[in-house]
Amino acid sequence: MNNPNFDLLMFARGPLFDIALLVFVAGVLIRVVEILILGRKKDFSKAKGQPVQQGIKTIFTRTFPRPGAIKANPITIVGGYVFHIGFFIAFLLFVPHIALIEELTGLSWPGVGRVVIEGATVLAVIAGLALLYTRWKDPVRRKLTTWVDYLVLILSLLPLITGYVAVNKLFGDPTFMMALHVLSVDILMIVFPFTKLMHAFTFAMARYYNGSIQGRKGAES
Amino acid sequence: MSATVERGVNALREQVDAPVASFFSSCVSCGLCADACIFFQETQDPQYTPIRKVELLRRVWENEYTLFGRVKNMVGLGNRITEEDFTEMEQLVYDSCTMCGRCTMVCPVGNDITMMIRKMREGMSAAGHAPVELIGAAKRHTTGNSPMGDLSKAIEAQVKHAIADTGIEIAFDKPGVDYLVILSAQEIAEYPEVIGAMAQIFDKAGVTWTIASEAFEATNVGVQIGNRDVAKYLVTRVVEAAEKLKVKKVISPECGHAYQALRWEGPNLIGREYGFEVVHIIELLDQLRAEGKLKTSGKDSDKITFHDPCQINRRGGINKEPRRLLNMVAENFVETEDAGTMNWCCSAGGGVGANERAGHLKDAAFQLKKRQFEKVAPDKIVTMCAFCHHTLENALEDNDMDIEVAGLTEMMAEYLEDED
Repeated sequence: MNNPNFDLLMFARGPLFDIALLVFVAGVLIRVVEILILGRKKDFSKAKGQPVQQGIKTIFTRTFPRPGAIKANPITIVGGYVFHIGFFIAFLLFVPHIALIEELTGLSWPGVGRVVIEGATVLAVIAGLALLYTRWKDPVRRKLTTWVDYLVLILSLLPLITGYVAVNKLFGDPTFMMALHVLSVDILMIVFPFTKLMHAFTFAMARYYNGSIQGRKGAES
Repeated sequence: MSATVERGVNALREQVDAPVASFFSSCVSCGLCADACIFFQETQDPQYTPIRKVELLRRVWENEYTLFGRVKNMVGLGNRITEEDFTEMEQLVYDSCTMCGRCTMVCPVGNDITMMIRKMREGMSAAGHAPVELIGAAKRHTTGNSPMGDLSKAIEAQVKHAIADTGIEIAFDKPGVDYLVILSAQEIAEYPEVIGAMAQIFDKAGVTWTIASEAFEATNVGVQIGNRDVAKYLVTRVVEAAEKLKVKKVISPECGHAYQALRWEGPNLIGREYGFEVVHIIELLDQLRAEGKLKTSGKDSDKITFHDPCQINRRGGINKEPRRLLNMVAENFVETEDAGTMNWCCSAGGGVGANERAGHLKDAAFQLKKRQFEKVAPDKIVTMCAFCHHTLENALEDNDMDIEVAGLTEMMAEYLEDED
């Protein structure tokens, strides 16, 4: 049997996946350690509020925008929510993904039905495209955005699109489409530590520091 | 790299710590900070997006504190900082930022952009790119006793006036009292009534206090210009005076950045805890109120609104205190939109007011305040920062708006109960 699509799939989920996972895990660890070892100077000012508690609280509370923010930036905020939630539903609650995670880590949890997964995927892709659109059209975002930002957003959408196509056998050879799906995940994992995708880990640190700095002063965050 | 650029980059390098690294690692360029910025709001110019104003700090972090950045640097792909970069950033870092802190409140990943502006300014000033007016103020303050020049005669005269007006004794350099009062130059020069107001309130409340002839001025241009040495030098004056007089507490006056400098940055500038506590005048008045030592009678029937100074509320945590006090003396207290933690800057804090080049930006920014005030249509605006007071008064006049501005301490003194 000599099926190049099958070989590609085996490569993508075999050696390349292992390399990608190694780059991802090692890269993320280096990036996080790189931040933490910088430390921060001891603060000699007498605290008025509770820096540690407020830091931890802010990790969660900053998830919600301030009143009026959605009205000013509807695409970024609503699109941002839908993309993140949709992505994580498709990633973490799809039964075959859970099986893979169990194989790697021994951890598992119940999944959800195909309808939910596919609905989440479609919504996440639409939201991602809307985010691309506002990046391109809005003068503030356009000025801030680098080519890597565009690339990263597109790379984040590829696993969703290829996964949807492969699972539903929409077009192309299903084995080939599945190989593309796994390849897109491999690539995403490889670029992860070198790009702003790192925010998926560092946001918690940033929010903690913000909350603790404000909290020391007894100010809101 | 020229010597000045190198000094600037070195200063920026010293500013990188774990919070800074986590902030830059987390920024996804969503641009939500733009709408929080008064200068972007009123100009709609994308260059004023807050996170862009700390770009040089970001580059130093990326080039020198990330593995990937260091590799890029080694192979010649690093993004080196030049003289032109500093020149270009000057108007973004100083002219179009009052360090008001609204961006810090809205960033979805939690970046404290305002704190990074403070850090950026360390690099800018080290590279010789601080506004001339702030440099002048720093020279006057470090060689004399205030950023406005020599105010020693003025403070003596104003204290004499206050004694004459109130009949209450005010002593300079009296050791062993509970509180050391320090004032902002703006108060001494423009709003000296606050001295008499404090004298009356403290007299009734049984608070013992003094003024130090060596350190009577609280402002700190060092934290605005971004120069730790200047900031430390100015804080040290107050610390030495307070510790020499053995006061229990130092009262930070109605001045936004003075509170930041003295209460929050000061101990870190001198590298140790103080031998006394710092309390903001409004915190103290609210405490006296709670203890039943500050009683008022009668209320002002004017329609009154309150302006929150950014450094005292949003970045200082003093939010409910002024409102509790104001409600004691105001019959008709109406808040503006966004009042409290998310209040908009008076338009000239953080050194912008002193910076002539930023005049047009300041005027543009005030239009937002103007619209908010017009909606409420108050007879009087009360605040707790002499520089906000000064800025609002002038801007209202420039915009032909007939609204009185008042300091909260004075207002409390005006309605002090006099039944004894």
